[in-house]
Amino acid sequence: MGRKLLLEHINVPGINTFDVYRSKGGYASVEKALKTMSPEAVVEEVKKSGLRGRGGAGFPTGMKWSFLAKPEGVARYLVCNADESEPGTFKDRYLMTYIPHLLIEGMITSSFALGANTSFIYVRGEMMPQIRILERAIAEAKAKGFLGKNILGSGYDLELYVQPGGGAYICGEETALLESLEGKRGNPRIKPPFPAIAGLYGCPTVVNNVESIAAVVPIINEGGDEYAKLGIGRSTGTKLISAGGNLKKPGVYEIDLGLPVEEFLYSDEYCGGIANGKRLKAVVAGGSSVPILPANLILKTLNNEPRLMSYESLADGGFVSGTMMGSGGFIAYDEDACIVRNTWNFARFYHHESCGQCSPCREGTGWMEKVLHRLEHGHGKMSDMDLLVDVSKKIEGNTICPLGDAAAWPVASAIRHFRDEFEWHVSNGAEAVTRNYGLAHYADPLPKPEVVA
Amino acid sequence: MKVTIDGIPVEVEPGTSILNAARQIGGDIVPPAMCYYSKLEGSGGKCRTCLVQVSKGSEKDPRPMPKLVASCRTTVMDGMEVKNITSPEVIEARKGVVEMLLINHPLDCPVCDQAGECHLQDLGFEHGAVKTRYEFDRRTFDKVDIGDKIQLHMTRCILCYRCVFTADQITNTRLHGILNRGDHSEISTYISKAVDNDFSGNIIDVCPVGALTDKTFRFKNRVWFTKPVEARRDCDHEKCKGEVTLWYKGEDVIRVTARKDVYGEVEDFICNTCRFDKKKTADWVIEGPRKVSHKSVISSNHYEFTPLPVVKTNPVLMEANKEQFERDTRL
Repeated sequence: MGRKLLLEHINVPGINTFDVYRSKGGYASVEKALKTMSPEAVVEEVKKSGLRGRGGAGFPTGMKWSFLAKPEGVARYLVCNADESEPGTFKDRYLMTYIPHLLIEGMITSSFALGANTSFIYVRGEMMPQIRILERAIAEAKAKGFLGKNILGSGYDLELYVQPGGGAYICGEETALLESLEGKRGNPRIKPPFPAIAGLYGCPTVVNNVESIAAVVPIINEGGDEYAKLGIGRSTGTKLISAGGNLKKPGVYEIDLGLPVEEFLYSDEYCGGIANGKRLKAVVAGGSSVPILPANLILKTLNNEPRLMSYESLADGGFVSGTMMGSGGFIAYDEDACIVRNTWNFARFYHHESCGQCSPCREGTGWMEKVLHRLEHGHGKMSDMDLLVDVSKKIEGNTICPLGDAAAWPVASAIRHFRDEFEWHVSNGAEAVTRNYGLAHYADPLPKPEVVA
Repeated sequence: MKVTIDGIPVEVEPGTSILNAARQIGGDIVPPAMCYYSKLEGSGGKCRTCLVQVSKGSEKDPRPMPKLVASCRTTVMDGMEVKNITSPEVIEARKGVVEMLLINHPLDCPVCDQAGECHLQDLGFEHGAVKTRYEFDRRTFDKVDIGDKIQLHMTRCILCYRCVFTADQITNTRLHGILNRGDHSEISTYISKAVDNDFSGNIIDVCPVGALTDKTFRFKNRVWFTKPVEARRDCDHEKCKGEVTLWYKGEDVIRVTARKDVYGEVEDFICNTCRFDKKKTADWVIEGPRKVSHKSVISSNHYEFTPLPVVKTNPVLMEANKEQFERDTRL
């Protein structure tokens, strides 16, 4: 059983209150950082830990922090991205609901490391209960002297604010989040300049995911080197995975990175296998925006090595046979799931959430949705698959922000791996409305890799 | 700083965008721009038609950029090498962008006032595919009068945001903006507000398509039947120089616009008095006929030279046709 760093005390009654959290060793990292360490040393620890951003892109957090510009006389900001709205991902909400002080503690330590005196937690608008929980937690921390002026007598001041968003997926993109935080329309900015140079109100800003900031707490408590011992290769530490779909035990699990996917799916400690004794058909490994993989490819890589839950192993094979870690929204589909319908559903989501700023994404997402709708309802054509692949290619990489890529990948990968199911939807249009294609060969063992002499 | 675009080197000031560097060279290698407007700060980056490939980042860091970049918002680095029309990838991506832009465009050019001077027409003609693959209903909106002189035909809009930037930067107040998101986003005014101030007419000039049209000119004439003439008057508005283009039909001035350069950008913004109220020749000092590119449809019937005799053996004509042929078959 892997070590729990973030969810160690999750089952302690009353852990959402300051006193219980403190009695379980909470806020130790704040004390350690503010009393014994310099901000640079904190950044150094995070760098050593090899922590990678947990929001989806997997960019090393320490590196991001060290890029922060530090001009004289200009405020710096830390913004926590709690606008979690990816279909399939619900780890941040869980963290904020049950153990809000972990996030507050991480925010204090991280803000200290970055020299920010004002920090924001931008929470998605639909998460009103979590916003109240966080505000109560902030008030508690402030009453105990962990926030406000001269924290713990160290001379460091920090004000922490919770900002509810308007409930737009695009505001999870960091520059759109900053625009929204400034009170404008949540359109992503054109980069460069990156937020580390000119972010919130034109000041240097770091935007981090909830889980990344929470992970700073164990890193400071135990040291970056200790943290880096967990995990595998460049994927260090633990990761929250929000498992959903046709699983026996869906939920949020903290895993050591490097856990085999098969173990995660089938062991009783984690998901416990597929519900109702069905067989696995496909998996979306990291939230709706990452490529979908059929059962045989998610369990084994093309080289017949077991696939692990790590940034590298999941991406093994590139876009041809791999996927991505993403934000950890693990969705499993059993044999009764219709991939065409699912792809249409994702496309519908991206069509709805595209901000409409740049043309390929604005028009392309709608186009893909309409074509997929036609396919799903049995009016498709054989040429639609190639059309979808072509449209997704025209969107991918040509947009301002990664939403275009996120909209293109699930469609492109579904057609790459499940083409015969799409074709079946065209050739058996009437039947496709009434029943599903089933498992077909998607769980068959992969062919042995050819040995190249 | 030295930057090479499609193999042509040019020296530019630091901080110049790739697009502006290309404009300094001029000619075919200038990427098309639908949303970028050099006079409006912050514009650009949205339409993605100006995508180029950076095959060499700079002298210091020669790595190519991983993705195509929007040339209007990417500043040049010393020693940068850019590929525009020499890169098949760029041509392909641009074709895709044009197709996307036209998905929800009504293509009602035959009844559109902008036809003949429409950037989207030019873009579609130069870079687009012959046929669309889009088989669904297009998004439609009702026409709205957003001021007493301006009509908004949202169906044609490509959401370039130019009029939003214009209202922010040229006029005193902005009363319109973008509502909603995705492909149902639309330009609209605050409820029961009309766009009404001294410079509001400029949003017609900056609109690359026929979404914002001059109500005093609507359905009066096709632009290629009019004759553009440069004129000037002493305008008492402090921000308006009074330098305009008059569009004549016979003896009547049927439209007044600002003077536009080769990239379709106005040289000086003009006030609404000049634009809408001064429509008599007597109001103006005529400076002479406006030069219109011979490639523009507006120049038809306004020959400044004797047309060449159409004889097959004419070497000049054959030479000209060769160029045209290469140009048409290039893509």
